[in-house]
Amino acid sequence: MWIRDEFEKNCDCLNERESDLHCFLSMQTEKARARMLRQEELLAQVGEAEARRRFPLLGMTLGVKDNLCVEGFPATCASKMLEHYVPVYTATAVDRALAAGAILMGKTNMDEFAMGSSTETSCFGPTRNPWDRERVPGGSSGGSAAAVAAGMARAALGTDSGGSVRQPAALCGVVGMKPTYGKISRCGLIAYASSFDEIGTLTRNVEDAARLLAVMEGYDGRDDSMCREAPTSDYRSALAGGAAGLRIGIPQGWLGEGLSEDVKRALLAAVERFRTAGAEIETTELPLTEYAVPVYHVLSFAEAGSNLGRYHGVLFGRRAEREALEEMYDATRARYLETEVKRRILLGTFVLAGGNYDVYYRQAERVRQSLRRNFDRAFRRYDLLLGPTTATTAWKLGEKLADPMAMYLSDSYTAAANLTGLPAVSVPCGSDSRGLPVGMQLIAPAYREDMLLRAAAAWERIRENDA
Amino acid sequence: MTELRETYETVIGLEVHAELRTETKIFCGCSTRFGAAPNTLCCPVCTGQPGSLPRLNRRVVEHAIAAGLVLDCRIRRETRMDRKNYFYPDLPKSYQISQLYAPICYDGAVRVRTPQEAAEKFTVRIHELHMEEDAGKLIHSEDGKHSLVDYNRCGVPLLEIVTEPDLRSAEQVVAFLKELRDRLLYAGISDCRMQEGSMRVDVNLSVHKPGTPLGTRTEMKNLSSFRSVRQAIAAETKRQLAVLAAGGAVRQETRRFDEATGESVGMRSKENAEDYRYFPEPDLPLIRISPEWIAQVKASLPKSRRERQAYYASAWGLPAYDAELLTEDADVADFFERTAAAGAPPKEAGKFILTELLRVRKEGEPFPVTPEALAELLRLLADGRINRTTAKEIFTRMLSEPIAPAEYVKAQGLSLVSDETALRETAERILRENPEAVQDYRNGKQKAIGYLVGQTMKALRGRGQAERIRGLLEEALGRLE
Repeated sequence: MWIRDEFEKNCDCLNERESDLHCFLSMQTEKARARMLRQEELLAQVGEAEARRRFPLLGMTLGVKDNLCVEGFPATCASKMLEHYVPVYTATAVDRALAAGAILMGKTNMDEFAMGSSTETSCFGPTRNPWDRERVPGGSSGGSAAAVAAGMARAALGTDSGGSVRQPAALCGVVGMKPTYGKISRCGLIAYASSFDEIGTLTRNVEDAARLLAVMEGYDGRDDSMCREAPTSDYRSALAGGAAGLRIGIPQGWLGEGLSEDVKRALLAAVERFRTAGAEIETTELPLTEYAVPVYHVLSFAEAGSNLGRYHGVLFGRRAEREALEEMYDATRARYLETEVKRRILLGTFVLAGGNYDVYYRQAERVRQSLRRNFDRAFRRYDLLLGPTTATTAWKLGEKLADPMAMYLSDSYTAAANLTGLPAVSVPCGSDSRGLPVGMQLIAPAYREDMLLRAAAAWERIRENDA
Repeated sequence: MTELRETYETVIGLEVHAELRTETKIFCGCSTRFGAAPNTLCCPVCTGQPGSLPRLNRRVVEHAIAAGLVLDCRIRRETRMDRKNYFYPDLPKSYQISQLYAPICYDGAVRVRTPQEAAEKFTVRIHELHMEEDAGKLIHSEDGKHSLVDYNRCGVPLLEIVTEPDLRSAEQVVAFLKELRDRLLYAGISDCRMQEGSMRVDVNLSVHKPGTPLGTRTEMKNLSSFRSVRQAIAAETKRQLAVLAAGGAVRQETRRFDEATGESVGMRSKENAEDYRYFPEPDLPLIRISPEWIAQVKASLPKSRRERQAYYASAWGLPAYDAELLTEDADVADFFERTAAAGAPPKEAGKFILTELLRVRKEGEPFPVTPEALAELLRLLADGRINRTTAKEIFTRMLSEPIAPAEYVKAQGLSLVSDETALRETAERILRENPEAVQDYRNGKQKAIGYLVGQTMKALRGRGQAERIRGLLEEALGRLE
């Protein structure tokens, strides 16, 4: 039956390529197989329709990023600090996906504490891009994106605070979506930057993204920052909507300096095809987007510095034993946290220290509010905004590791959707001269995932028809 | 020194932490119970497990609104929580969720009168009032080699009340704290038990010459009794004056007051003060407080201590002193009112509760009898069916067995002998049997009548009313003359 066939295909890919690509930090294929067999049995007993009614995600093999808690299963955040940490509860979103039939294959690799854009800051070694093993898969959800691209799992969960789902999706040629902030519970998501962190999906197609979203979204009493009355919609009918009549704006700044010729060419070609299919597309002004990256850094680093304060050897994670308390704190953090994490903690501490709060944090918060207003204004004229997901296609391992500023700029087009909390998706749109995938980003108004998925699905069909 | 003391004035501001009276913690469903075994009242949220999120307990906000109302504060329509970052083993997340930028209440004022000079009232302005979570407790091993942490207190809701520097003496401070305690206690906001740590005080103190700018202040943290508050103020005033007298300058610092030695020691100077890196708590949304919500809280506020005392005196004729004592503890006042409501004569109930019940009841524990049972007993006394001695005896019995007073009196034959003839006969028999006492009485020894009353009471097995018997005896003695 198809459940078994799909599962075995995933396992074949795992056996063939995992030792080279390193998508997973821990696996549980035997447990997954047992679950698959039970579902196959159910399918034989009650038939496809009934089995799918009971389990909307029937047979969907799933990779889960290692910063999401699954009870009894390590959650390392790819950090030596949490190498042996085993959560006592399961993240709401994972819980809902598993209850809907998803089959957990394992926990995927990531940048340490989700701080990075290439999965190279993982303390357990980088993940390689399935399209070219000398290149990065992007990050921080690089393990999830690569696992899906390589066929090791049908879908994967990632987290996106500045682009960590969309950017690796673009570099690995898969669909990466993050819904509106507050639509999926953050309960069980080990925090990097609380007001930015969101759970997102990495899938082969838009329909799977919609199915996962439908299962995971909805109010959770364990997350106070959720919107209680967030609207939900029928994504299935949205997927059939088509491109005709969509009003789409392209922020001028996103096509300017910094964008590689390869990506620009693929993107503009895609825009032409969209237009032919009936979408109305024009360029527009969206002021302040050029400040998205620095504003995101000030605010997210401040939150990160605070969120990671708890890792000092007393309650969680590793401890470097010392006689005196302060020395134990210092030694523990010095030894078990790596460079990028330390850099962000230090910068985050700096922007909140002494009188810096007003100069940096509050100023950044003000720009964030203005940016929100600018997006609101744009959405009075457009159903969606469109742009590149990344400036370039996948780069070589080690290429930007020594240059944090270059690495940080890889969030240039994605960070705005995190600052504003808006739903966004990256869909594959052609390739560069080397054949590496290019991603196109769509952004919708708050809680308009239906619009987002409609456009993404329409685009997907256009590509399929062209192929 | 003496000279300085006369020309200088002490200026004091307070920060009071009161533990809120809620069933559950501020950000999770764990119990706030006192005295449980270590680390048994914890969950992923209050121990800051990675990935856990706080969710605000609505009751905490309501208590804070209530506190704002009874302290005459302005209440913010929109408030939010902030993070205060610092490292300490009793703080699992390495930050305390508190409020800095937009505290829920501000600009309050409390009128206080000192007990010594009832006429002299003063006003203490409330700078602000905010909500926050408590931390855990460190327990150090006796050999000093290691420490243990109990996280039960983590996330217990606290209210921090910050006054303006409006206080001038230890007497004023204690009077203010008592007034504050009364108001919070009676509004059901906090138990304010200093010995259990549910009310803690930080004292900010400076000295200056009146009419000149305020001096440099020091802060003494975590004083947990009125006694140590008084001692700390006296000692710190003296220390600061001595520094000035020696030509020195007071340093702005945090000092720890040691109750055993009566002295304070410097802990941390301003230069080394911690930088808490406050910023808005991103895990919690803005808290919106509508006028309707405030009105609701206001409508459900219980009567204040003042209001209750006034009512006891005017409606029930209780002496002011009794009313004061009965309202010392809100639980006692509640019990008293329920006893009166169950049919006991209020004056008698008040007296009985103060003399008998409070003698056997431990503070903080449940009452040993129900208000209804006590009311039944006091009605028997008021109706003249039993005397005070019998009432006390039955009360003692009620503490150990669940007896219904009226039934018990009947079953045990404890009703007063009220048959006139029987009483008269007994009295006359006692006079016949005690000729010496009768002689003494005749010789003017007034005490002899007491003895005779006692003997008659004994013959009646205690079931007589002393006043009545005395009357009958005097009557009979008169006849015998």
